Amino acid sequence: MSLELNDTLQTLVDGLTENFSDKLIEVYQNSGDTFVRVEADSILEISKYLKEKQHFVFLCDVFGNDRYTSDERFEVVYNLMNLRTQTRVFIKVRVEEENPTLESVSSVWKAAGWNEREVYDMFGVRFENHPDLRRIFMPEDFEYFPMRKEFPLLGIPGSIELPNTTPDTE
Amino acid sequence: MKVTDINSKVNPQFQEKHQRSIYKSLEDKHTTIEDVDIDDPLNAKMILNMGPQHPATHGVLRLVLQLRGETIEKTKLDIGYLHRGVEKIAENKTYQEFMPYTDRMDYLSPYSNNVALCLAVEKIASVEVPDRAQYIRMIGCELARISSHLLWLGTMVMDAGAISFFIWTFREREKIYDIMDQIAGHRFTVSHSRIGGVANDLTSDASAIIKEFITKFPQELKDWHGLLDRNRIFIDRNENVGVLETDKALDIGATGPVLRASGFAIDQRIITPYSKYDEVEFEVPTRLEGDNLARYFVRMEEMKESIRIIQQCLDKMPKGPIRSNNAKHTYPSKDEVYYSMEGMIHDFMMTDTGICPPAGAECYHAVESPKGELGYYIQSDGTGHPWRIKINTPSFRNLQVLENILDGEMVADTVVIIGGVDPVMGEADK
Repeated sequence: MSLELNDTLQTLVDGLTENFSDKLIEVYQNSGDTFVRVEADSILEISKYLKEKQHFVFLCDVFGNDRYTSDERFEVVYNLMNLRTQTRVFIKVRVEEENPTLESVSSVWKAAGWNEREVYDMFGVRFENHPDLRRIFMPEDFEYFPMRKEFPLLGIPGSIELPNTTPDTE
Repeated sequence: MKVTDINSKVNPQFQEKHQRSIYKSLEDKHTTIEDVDIDDPLNAKMILNMGPQHPATHGVLRLVLQLRGETIEKTKLDIGYLHRGVEKIAENKTYQEFMPYTDRMDYLSPYSNNVALCLAVEKIASVEVPDRAQYIRMIGCELARISSHLLWLGTMVMDAGAISFFIWTFREREKIYDIMDQIAGHRFTVSHSRIGGVANDLTSDASAIIKEFITKFPQELKDWHGLLDRNRIFIDRNENVGVLETDKALDIGATGPVLRASGFAIDQRIITPYSKYDEVEFEVPTRLEGDNLARYFVRMEEMKESIRIIQQCLDKMPKGPIRSNNAKHTYPSKDEVYYSMEGMIHDFMMTDTGICPPAGAECYHAVESPKGELGYYIQSDGTGHPWRIKINTPSFRNLQVLENILDGEMVADTVVIIGGVDPVMGEADK
């Protein structure tokens, strides 16, 4: 598949190929967006490089994705923007189903803090060296990760303590 | 002037014996007085819980503030009280079925949310949208922006102490509800946009009241500027309060008016012009100060620009269809459904399966909602249900900013700063 890269993205891909040739897995485009998949263990170095050398200073979002039956089940996507040319790029890493762990990028972009907490809360991917890794939406004593595909849509009865809806019958 | 500055100048003395004797005199057989903490004799250090049920937090936001006297030393935000798991729900719905849920995310500007979802689905499934529909969407989005900013203005000024102002902004909001009623048939949760177009065309009544609104509203704005711009109380409450410095704004991930008040002209309508935003003229107001007053000016000017955009949309709007004519992409019109067999089949198929983007396709599309960048990431597995929808909500990001800018402020300013950041919990908690 041929790529249509503008100057910023071309510089990005060239820079990554030059400096992280063994860490870069693939670059692909879909519906006009560019996705770059890299090795999970190098995400912190690559983030630093992108911020300092390629001017991707604005982290818009970090989110998880459950690939369910595939190998390397969980995917974490970083949505970055270069403010000089206002180009968006998505950096992807994949982690294993057993004990998924990633290096936190909150030391590079402070904005990653809450987003990584959300990924942890919803998918159970743990971030190392995160300043404050707690659940963000669900209570801390909740035992499941609700955005994983095996979690039922109706929830698990009894997994969360809810107030009595019919107080008279108590 | 902050308390720490005063302390460093006056160096307050603590008469230890005097305090101990007061405490001791209180003690009797019913009361036990704890020993005085020499470092914190007046128990100035305390943890204060605000919310989640607190009218000034604009929803179910809970703040845990660590105070020293009246100064906030450290803040932690606890969100998730309105978490409904809409992303999980979306994975089990067709794209069109999911739209009413987006109304309930940022419930102050439902139209922007509908359009954001539609544009993302249209991008991933390559659906063409007729020009007229795009202009109608823009009018809806800009009205939603005014409506959202009006609520912010009313509540923020009320947080700063002026109650009657709230009534005036709500009078104008009421007019926008009436317009939405005419456009979409609903006042609040409109769900007017459809994948491939909009539900119905603007009626002549609707156009007439939109025109009336945009001729009368600028005068209201002017009056409000006259009341607030040089108002001593308002400026004292807002100037240099909740400052987000320019060099920190990007790092913390601010978005929307909060980011623009800190000096960055980042607006999705300019960066990636969607719909017809490249064909209308408007300014992106910015300020450099980054305080609450700057956010006030940015939002007030945005309302003015919105009126300009609506005016241009009404002038430029061509005649023509309001929905794409491809039955594989969008609902057929009601005429077709009622009077032709094919129409009915297509209507059934759209409701049952809906639009199916190609397997493995993924895309991200962001719009500039009133609160900031609202992005939808969609990944398709080729069925009518999305494999994954991730909603990048501006309120979530701005609340993270709030957690950072509250440190060092006075506790009395908390409500004003929350008002200035303008979070909507329905959107932040998803």
